[in-house]
Amino acid sequence: MEKSNAGKWFYLLALVMLLAALVFGVLAALSYSSQGLWKESLGFIKLRPLHVSSALFWILTGANGIVFFALQAMGLKLFSPVLARVQWLLWVVAMAGIFYSYFSGDFGGREYWEYPPVWSVFIFMAWVLLAINFFMSTGSFHQRPVYFWMWSTGIIFFLLIFLENYLWIFPSFREHFLQDTTIQWKVNGSLVGCWNQMIYGTAMFLMEKISGDKTTARSPLAFSMYFLGLFNLMFNWSHHIYTLPTAEYVRYIGYIVSMTEWIILLRIIYTWKAAVSTAKKHLHYYPYRFLLAADAWVFLNLFLALLMSVPAINLYTHGTHFTVAHAMGTTIGINSMLLLAAGFEFSGLKVPGQNKTIRAAFIMVQVSLLLFWIVLIAAGVYKANWQMNHPEISHTQMMQSLRPVFVVFTLAGLVLMFSLGSIAFYLFKKMTGPGQHLSTFPA
Amino acid sequence: MVLQWPKYVFLILTVLFVTYSIHIYSLPEGISKNYHPALAAEGRLVWQKYNCQSCHQLFGLGGYLGPDLSNVYSAKGKGPVYINAFTRSGSGQMPAFNPDPNEMNALLEFLKSVDDCGVASPAHFKVKPDGMISNPG
Repeated sequence: MEKSNAGKWFYLLALVMLLAALVFGVLAALSYSSQGLWKESLGFIKLRPLHVSSALFWILTGANGIVFFALQAMGLKLFSPVLARVQWLLWVVAMAGIFYSYFSGDFGGREYWEYPPVWSVFIFMAWVLLAINFFMSTGSFHQRPVYFWMWSTGIIFFLLIFLENYLWIFPSFREHFLQDTTIQWKVNGSLVGCWNQMIYGTAMFLMEKISGDKTTARSPLAFSMYFLGLFNLMFNWSHHIYTLPTAEYVRYIGYIVSMTEWIILLRIIYTWKAAVSTAKKHLHYYPYRFLLAADAWVFLNLFLALLMSVPAINLYTHGTHFTVAHAMGTTIGINSMLLLAAGFEFSGLKVPGQNKTIRAAFIMVQVSLLLFWIVLIAAGVYKANWQMNHPEISHTQMMQSLRPVFVVFTLAGLVLMFSLGSIAFYLFKKMTGPGQHLSTFPA
Repeated sequence: MVLQWPKYVFLILTVLFVTYSIHIYSLPEGISKNYHPALAAEGRLVWQKYNCQSCHQLFGLGGYLGPDLSNVYSAKGKGPVYINAFTRSGSGQMPAFNPDPNEMNALLEFLKSVDDCGVASPAHFKVKPDGMISNPG
């Protein structure tokens, strides 16, 4: 029987979304840093959701694809290729509907999900089919390593929290801004935790596959770290809303739970040296480099996130570009690096380490992203100082002063678009090349 | 070796999560007699329909292009007339919108309900010794 290619179909869809996210991101940056560029046609009001949704769908369908890839790599037969096919089509219909809505200016949803809620029905149905296919393919959890728990957690909790994401449809949930916004950010915080569980789970599977060490993902320490992640997924969300006058204990819970992530940071520092030395011993050139890059970005972004989770510091960073730096750093630096590592590993491409184009693109991605990140933090420092100390300066004047910073930000974004885009394009081209078994879908 | 404890920890955490979620849904947060709740609920839909969140923030949550509008309803020199005029005329980077009178009415009620929550400017917050912050009220 021909091997399943469901993972590949989802991953290809994800790559298209990555390319879209990069193009819309640069257009949004141009619109942001100029005086009302295209404001009556495309404008930032449409470009921001186009960029954000493309990036989100890259992560969601990419996570979906790499879990299918991993199941195949473990020798588990996909329960139903037909369900995978319907699931893929549901995603395509949802994406087409959402992008059409944005281009025609038909909004109605909330931040990060700005499209009319009807399209979320398709995403939800696709996710239900993923859950059925995943659990029917994996069977019993007895003796399963921790990454099975992480995939399962991501899939199940995404379904539950995605429903919670639409409680606002009922008018009673919208009547009081504080209650409504508290739920909105509870959802946003936890949803990020869901896809992180799926992607980090695959990263763990990759590390096991590359190193050949089968004990790590079954150890009590691995499960302890998983539960620490789950604990944060469930309870750390209120660090997003410290300045919202909710009940104080709600904010304290988020504060205390967030601080437990220092344990993760300390563990990264402790295992860093070992990870690098292991990397040198193995031949999975690109997957390992992307994994190591993700490790470095986890360190930087977790450090930033931990500082931002202290309310006294959050008071300065909240509502400033610090938050954007954190969001970009995690989605590009961590999630995208891990998804690309998985793409190179699972696609079975024999890419020699000497491939100059990919090597150059990899370095350019890291350098431009670092510049991008630093520039956003610089803008965050400037805005924090403005909002704390200079009420006499108008918002417009403050934004005008930041213009040179935004120009650098746009240029860094342009380099990022070409470098990350060339890696995505390379993967796409190779995955659709001769002998890639894409004629049957998904089989 | 097969670990037994993970399933129990998972179960306990899930029960705690569900309990906490239900508690959050039932919190009597921000309930006030200063605005009309049903109209404010409609106004939030208007806020979403015109994607105001893409550029503007409420209590520091939202976009980064325009100013935070949490207290625009009661700010000196601003208020309903100012909001109405600005929405319809646009500005440098903001396009002009054309909400119908009912939508505008609902949007104003929503912004009134946001304003009713308290002062959003971080400059007015106090820092406690344990690192927590307290709202100015």
